[in-house]
Amino acid sequence: MKILVCITNVPDTSAKISFTDNNTKLNKAGVQYMIGPYDDYALARAVELKEKSGGSITVLNVGEADSDPQIRKALAIGADDAIRVNCDPQDSYFTAAQIAAVAKEGNYDLILMGRESIDFNSGVVHGLVGEMLGIPSFSPVMKLDIEGNIAKFAREIEGGKEHLEAPLPLVLGCQEPIAEWKIPNMRGIMTARTKPLKVVEPVEVNDLASLTAYSLPAPKGACKMIPADQAETLISLLKTEAKVL
Amino acid sequence: MSVLIFVELDNGSIKKTSLEAVAYGAAVAQTQSTTATVLAIGNADSNELAKAGAYGASKVLHANEAALSNENAMAYASVLAAAVQQESSKIVILPKSGLSDAMGARVAAKLGASIVSGVTELPDLSNGFQVKRSIYTGKAFATVEVKGDIKILGIKKNAIEAQEGSGTATVESFNPSLPDGDFTAKVINQEKASGELSLTEADIIVSGGRGMKGPEHWQPLLDLAEALGAATGCSKPVSDLDWRPHHEHIGQTGIKVAPNLYIACGISGAIQHLAGVNSSKVIVAINKDPEAPFFKAADYGIVGDVFDVLPRLTKAVKESK
Repeated sequence: MKILVCITNVPDTSAKISFTDNNTKLNKAGVQYMIGPYDDYALARAVELKEKSGGSITVLNVGEADSDPQIRKALAIGADDAIRVNCDPQDSYFTAAQIAAVAKEGNYDLILMGRESIDFNSGVVHGLVGEMLGIPSFSPVMKLDIEGNIAKFAREIEGGKEHLEAPLPLVLGCQEPIAEWKIPNMRGIMTARTKPLKVVEPVEVNDLASLTAYSLPAPKGACKMIPADQAETLISLLKTEAKVL
Repeated sequence: MSVLIFVELDNGSIKKTSLEAVAYGAAVAQTQSTTATVLAIGNADSNELAKAGAYGASKVLHANEAALSNENAMAYASVLAAAVQQESSKIVILPKSGLSDAMGARVAAKLGASIVSGVTELPDLSNGFQVKRSIYTGKAFATVEVKGDIKILGIKKNAIEAQEGSGTATVESFNPSLPDGDFTAKVINQEKASGELSLTEADIIVSGGRGMKGPEHWQPLLDLAEALGAATGCSKPVSDLDWRPHHEHIGQTGIKVAPNLYIACGISGAIQHLAGVNSSKVIVAINKDPEAPFFKAADYGIVGDVFDVLPRLTKAVKESK
């Protein structure tokens, strides 16, 4: 089985977000980067599936050279080789078109990624890729097993989950608890250095959307403290002052 | 040229967040001097669907073939794409949700359309077609110029104040042919908690963290939620510990919510949790640690023992009715 795992290179979930260059660029000073947490779950499950039934894992990132440490980490966790599409993606359609172009060449049985990236939170890339390749896509997938040519999986639906079976190939957007995150071991880190990382240039895509500026939410006012022994007054404040009850 | 709005149904009625999408679509339609058409998929009573008229739609297309009874995003996308073509729509509005994102994505790829998800305000038409969207899980916004001939927008809850008017909409049956390829997956079964209020739809959410000390101590929180008619949520550690089901997990890697009122009980306020709740209108934090970071993100705070404070709040809610 050939698995393609798409990963994003994103600011750590605890990062404080601010902008520079007249609010047109993320201020990267002091920001730690990580593999998108949902992508990391997808990768972990791919490694488990490979351990169980063999096959190969290619990791794909649509991004610039500063993604390479995250790609090497994915290789250390268990991917066999990597492809980076060299560009700074700003739009879901553009990103999906890059993934679809790589996927068409590689003929993968399974294309896994996170349910969404945690920088733009769009949650649309898996659907776009699926349609571009003419194959089904599902998200958010929280359980996945492969039996022969059939994927048996569960996706989260409102207030519960749905169990499904579908023939491969598929595109799946993943989330916990599909697998536990994996931490690379020393041997993995050593071998990752020599695993192939191919850098390719992006395919041309119609310009459908572009970022013009960033902004931050208005700062929150001070928190009104209510003594615990007068907790009841909160309810009347919520009615008369905040008007939410 | 009609603006097309997809609405999600819950037990045959249009969901509240979807009515917001209708109001949003109707407001956009006005700027384009056109009408707003709604697409509903699944079982629903025509009278319920006609209610979209009160939010500005003039027509509702209703697709209710038996094959569409499961929320199958691929088949739903085929229906939506057919509706876009029938109505020659250039602008498509969906309420931001997992289902709508999946549908919008597939329709965008089918039609070569622009797609922007997480839109928080009406478009700015003064210089092209620009929308503001939420990014970094609510920590920031981006302004995006949308350039495609067809534009698909996924709008976040509270992007617009939906006012109920007096209009009515006509309801037409709409059942385009569906490709077999949309039905290759077999639904084996669904596990669904019945009668639970949905977190993404809820106006009020009462949420618990590790400060609740264990699943057996959840009753005071459930009591307050019941008194308020609120949905219940929890922090990531609580769902990781299996104290509460996974679908209650609110935060950066869980559900993002935007209720009018969010009451956090014994949740310290890690940045990852705050990311999931920062779109709430009013936030209340209850925590025994006065240094808990949640107080910096809250509008009202009570420093105290949740097991003392919660019953008092429940009592006050009941007495105020």
